[in-house]
Amino acid sequence: MTPAHSSPLASSLLGPRLWLLGLVLLLVAPFVGVYPVFLMNALCFAMFACAFNLLLGFTGLLSFGHAAFMGSAAYISGWLVRSAQWPPELGVLGGTLAAALLGVLVGVVAIRRQGIYFAMVTLAMAQMIYFICLQAPFTGGEDGLQGVPRGTLLGLLPLDNDRVLYFVVLAIFVAVFLGVVRIVHSPYGQVLKAIRENEPRAISLGYEVDRYKLLAFVLSTTLAGLAGAVKTVVLGFATLSDVHWSLSGEVVLMTLLGGMGTFAGPVVGAFTIVGLQNFLADRVGSWVTVIIGAIFVFCVIAFRKGIVGELLAWQIRRRAR
Amino acid sequence: MSEIFGIPIPALLGQLLLGLVNGSFYAMLSLGLAVIFGLLGIVNFAHGALYMIGAYVAWYSLEKFGLNYWLALLLSPLVVGLLGVLIERLFLKRLYKLDPLYGLLLTFGLALIAEGLFRDQFGVSGQQYPVPELLQGATNLGFMVLPNYRAWVVLSCLSICLGTWFLIEKTRLGATLRASTENPTLVQAFGINVPLMVTLTYAGGAGLAAIAGVLAAPVIQITPLMGSNLIIVVFAVVVIGGMGSILGSILTGVLLGLLEGLTKVFYPEASSIVVFVIMVIVLMVRPAGLFGKEK
Repeated sequence: MTPAHSSPLASSLLGPRLWLLGLVLLLVAPFVGVYPVFLMNALCFAMFACAFNLLLGFTGLLSFGHAAFMGSAAYISGWLVRSAQWPPELGVLGGTLAAALLGVLVGVVAIRRQGIYFAMVTLAMAQMIYFICLQAPFTGGEDGLQGVPRGTLLGLLPLDNDRVLYFVVLAIFVAVFLGVVRIVHSPYGQVLKAIRENEPRAISLGYEVDRYKLLAFVLSTTLAGLAGAVKTVVLGFATLSDVHWSLSGEVVLMTLLGGMGTFAGPVVGAFTIVGLQNFLADRVGSWVTVIIGAIFVFCVIAFRKGIVGELLAWQIRRRAR
Repeated sequence: MSEIFGIPIPALLGQLLLGLVNGSFYAMLSLGLAVIFGLLGIVNFAHGALYMIGAYVAWYSLEKFGLNYWLALLLSPLVVGLLGVLIERLFLKRLYKLDPLYGLLLTFGLALIAEGLFRDQFGVSGQQYPVPELLQGATNLGFMVLPNYRAWVVLSCLSICLGTWFLIEKTRLGATLRASTENPTLVQAFGINVPLMVTLTYAGGAGLAAIAGVLAAPVIQITPLMGSNLIIVVFAVVVIGGMGSILGSILTGVLLGLLEGLTKVFYPEASSIVVFVIMVIVLMVRPAGLFGKEK
């Protein structure tokens, strides 16, 4: 999939200024009456979408099963913290590592096919993971894994306080965001871009494309796992909807709506979709699914650059004048 | 001689029959996916939703208008085929020049819309559809009791699949269709209306999904989610078989249904994931799929 823009110029124009503005907004948000748990939830989905965008926007691989990694990490860190009584930081780490491992297992199989088949293979394998989560003894089946305590971070910070936890989550989010920026701008990220633009040429230049793709896949699933693990600590539970295919679809939509292949796009998309779902939840019932589907159709037909992509394109047009 | 590995033979055959029924649905849906992908280059995520709508059309026309099963079997593919025409004309037509991934995303959105609308209208609880009178009861074959309706499902699915194969591989219309897959511009130059053929192909695939829905209606719970749960398994079937060959996708569908049935007998916990496990094994051994060609 060709993203909205590929010139480094474009990302350097609007990017960092927009990021700073976003960061300032996020810093003041809990003090102006925005509910911190909502913000933390949205930040977790923003991390998830950033991780996903590393794969779709910057490597050109559409995974249709990313919820499996977020969800498994959510379950495993929840179980570690609740049943094995690990401290939250180790629980999150454990969940994240599990997602990385799962990413290796799924990635090795999935990268054997390209394009549309890659999407179908990841979807099918994620469904397999869903069924395993449904039947495994420690996940609580249909009820989910409930009552995960927040605990204290490193034995120092009381995470039961929403504001303290909020700034911890914000710090993790900023680290993930900058991590993705760093990866994309590294020599390794340039190779990924080459693979996205023209895979046969990258092969003929001597790159072992499959290894690059596998590493990108595992990096992405690891960060997706981190997002899921943090979400469990924030909300105190992990349920089957965290591993369900509809969440895999939602993260595609967040990335597409925000602007795939842009850094801020997935964040904007995640906040828009999570906010919308929150707003619509008690108002329209089943129509949430209809509206999400309609946004999907609209984005694919007429809005493929996404919000941030369109903004960047608009700025480039304005400068060109 | 009444047990194999401690499993009574009638139970084994019963599960195999159930597997064969499921396999017939896999075959019919993966066939439709393969035909649509062949000509449109789009992986139709909405295929499950079309199958679901097909079942609901049958149920609704019986509840509201008292139309019987046989009329539903005619009406449902027409209604859903018409819906297919609309989808192709309104949306898919705009995507042919883009990356095929966009087609998957668009049809995913359409599936969500359909699911949400039906959930709003009919709720999530399952609806029952009665087995038509003519096919009620069962036949005793001596070694097992064969429910007539299930036999009918398997026979009609397989004849429709083989009919479609014949239409595409052995008739003049099919030859034109295959030519349009290879080189649409040239076929158009011969005076054939390729865009119309594309529309009709999508409508035909949608109609096949609808027939599968009507056939399935008496043996399953009709719910808005029945389509998406099935379509993911069908995707795995398609990956295993490879979308290149029509007979291949029919055969893979039936075989995987049977295997699923066998798993239900010997290790029921794994029956929901066995298709995916086989997909993984096939990908490791033959990445292009059993009947696919490596590009």
